[in-house]
Amino acid sequence: MTLDLPLIWAGLIAVAVLLYVLLDGFDLGVGILFPFARSPKDRDVMMDSIAPVWDGNETWLVLGGGGLFAAFPLAYSILAPALYLPLILMLLALILRGVAFEFRLHGRKRGKAFWTAAFAGGSLMATLAQGLVLGGFIQGVTVRDGQFAGQPFDWLTPYSLLVALGLVAGYALLGACWLIWKTRDELHGDARRWAVIAGGATAALLAAVSLATLIVHPRVAARWGFEDGHFTQGLLPFLPIPILGAAGLLIVAEGLRRKRHGMPYAGAALVFLSGYLGLAVGFFPAIVPYDIDFRQAANADNALGLMLVGVGIMLPLILGYTAWVYWLFRGKVSAGEGYH
Amino acid sequence: MGLDAELLGRLQFAFTIAFHIIFPSFTIGLASFLAVLEGLWLVSRRDVFRNLYLFWVKIFALSFGMGVVSGVVMSYEIGTNWSVFSRVASPVIGPLLAFEVLTAFFLEASFLGVMLFGWKRVGPRLHFLATVLVALGTLVSAFWIISANSWMQHPTGYTTLADGSLRATDWLQVIFSPTFPSRLAHMSLAAYLTTALVVGAASAWTLLKDRSQPESRMALRMAIGMFAIVAPLQLLAGHESGKVVLEHQPLKTAAIEAYWKSAPDQPQSLVGLPDRDAARTHFEIAIPGIGNLIQGVPKDHVLQGLDAFPRADWPVVGLVYWSFRVMVGLGLAMIGLGVWGVWLIARNRVEESPWFLRAAVAMGPAGFVAVIAGWVVAEVGRQPWTIYGVLRTADSASPVGPGQISASLLAFIVIYAIVFSAGAIYILRLMAKGPSPEAEGPPEPEGRAPGTPLAAVPAEPEA
Repeated sequence: MTLDLPLIWAGLIAVAVLLYVLLDGFDLGVGILFPFARSPKDRDVMMDSIAPVWDGNETWLVLGGGGLFAAFPLAYSILAPALYLPLILMLLALILRGVAFEFRLHGRKRGKAFWTAAFAGGSLMATLAQGLVLGGFIQGVTVRDGQFAGQPFDWLTPYSLLVALGLVAGYALLGACWLIWKTRDELHGDARRWAVIAGGATAALLAAVSLATLIVHPRVAARWGFEDGHFTQGLLPFLPIPILGAAGLLIVAEGLRRKRHGMPYAGAALVFLSGYLGLAVGFFPAIVPYDIDFRQAANADNALGLMLVGVGIMLPLILGYTAWVYWLFRGKVSAGEGYH
Repeated sequence: MGLDAELLGRLQFAFTIAFHIIFPSFTIGLASFLAVLEGLWLVSRRDVFRNLYLFWVKIFALSFGMGVVSGVVMSYEIGTNWSVFSRVASPVIGPLLAFEVLTAFFLEASFLGVMLFGWKRVGPRLHFLATVLVALGTLVSAFWIISANSWMQHPTGYTTLADGSLRATDWLQVIFSPTFPSRLAHMSLAAYLTTALVVGAASAWTLLKDRSQPESRMALRMAIGMFAIVAPLQLLAGHESGKVVLEHQPLKTAAIEAYWKSAPDQPQSLVGLPDRDAARTHFEIAIPGIGNLIQGVPKDHVLQGLDAFPRADWPVVGLVYWSFRVMVGLGLAMIGLGVWGVWLIARNRVEESPWFLRAAVAMGPAGFVAVIAGWVVAEVGRQPWTIYGVLRTADSASPVGPGQISASLLAFIVIYAIVFSAGAIYILRLMAKGPSPEAEGPPEPEGRAPGTPLAAVPAEPEA
């Protein structure tokens, strides 16, 4: 038996990116919600709720980028220049929000205000930039002779802007659901309200992005069995995906209505899973839409094999201690508790 | 041609990586220092170690945060700016960088949370374990990144296929390429040295104001002990690294020493102005007859000069030459500071010597300067190649125009300037305040939870 290494690695990278979105998504979302907090004390609690875990969450992004470099170098070497500006924007925004965790504790009056703004603004910009990267990715990249051959602003279209807005709403929903889970009292109530608004926006924008994708990108539409303005039988195998998304939204709504603490986050995660799968079936097996599939882009078998051994040993450990850290910091966060 | 995309790309990478390396070269050593402090505290239960831990962990958190975010940049910048390099190099060093993420980054990031925020949630032993794991993570990270970089300096264990792409043939030779062991030792020692100098400087600063400050007295002694041992070791490791460079990268040695012509019995250039175009060094002060001795080869051995290589392959000689001299000069000053400090400690007069304390403060940033200078020697000395002898820098760049690169370079400079100044101010402010036994503990509003390090601390001084 020989392992299909490129397929395994495509799956691993996909899981890494999904974990990134679900994990860093909520802490970026907390940043997006930062300006709406009632008081400085609430903002401190919001930050304390994510301070012990954000760094680990962001490491999945490094695994996504580093993993693409190591497993699908052709894709990495085309996508990174193609999405140059939004990627750099994302990195700069992540710097500002990342240092804000510590800097806010040390800034005096003006400094603290600056880093509060940097955390909120950086989280929002990073999310928008990730949305533009995603939108630019879905709409496809111009490739010639195995190199990016498009223009610097190819990624900037009404479609990619719509995707970016959708991601902001989605991360805000994840952030609000996280805060419902981790906080109490007034902030907890605010988080419920934010979740209602963000949930509605996410549902509307997810529907808009789905429709826009079908209209703007005929190849994705064909995959979904959408031709000449109506769906064909080709839709049937994929029908569980939108149903999953709708179920996720229902769970969020039910969780909010019944005042449950953990349920909204689980529902929001399902919404993201559905959106993620929906996109994946749209362009699989392309890894640089729509010219290069993951097999063409894969690294040498001996490199993939060596890395698979490493992943086989390390990934269970990483998942284990990550879960342990989340368990360690379980329960509600109180003011002042997060300080080290 | 002016500022073309390649040069702008190089400037951007040099700027972002020089900024980044400041933090790991400090946090690698600081993480180990914290592990030692916490271990000593667990064993001895002396408050001085706990207070020092709680003081330095704040500085660690600030520095580590800046290191993390500037490091995330690197993992994407290789692709945005050097896409051809990333495609060519990935089959060989891709796994090394993947292993860095898998074995080091997650470990550091996850246990950092426990280290900074877990005081009340884990017992003292588990907290100590978290500190040790973070320290281990920083070293493992250095292992992989130096391994990948060493392969770029002198690639081994690979073959070139018919279509021009590279394949690894022997992973052990890839990971342990010939320049790797000496460079890893050199970099790890540099990190410890940098930290020791910073700890020494901060402690000396406090002692200049208050000679009896117990935490700073302890930390100064620990720092002096560290750099008094490590600085001479670093001279040996550097010398060893130089011998490996001479063997595997003779062109780099020729640039470091400004050997323009191949000859036996080379002189040792001390200072001068190397002129790449004229192929000579102006205003040079050199000691004849000892160049070969310092390189560790017999007098009649012909040391290759730059003339043995095509001019197109020469690095920027002046930059390599001077960076090397800055690094070595600072290294010698560190040895001097160590000898002076040990002599004072032996006579138990270290706090009474304001001149030593001032010198220790002045030498605080020396490690950073030496590290960056050393990296300029290594990286500029490798030019004009990214993978030595395999891929030229000019052929490594992304198909990205100068407009995008200059815009992003400008943005990096602005953001990094803000982040760096703020971080430096916060760290210096903490250092100026110094460790103080009472104010530095974590807040204890609800009393001391059982099973935490604080609970183990007697509420009153030892009865």
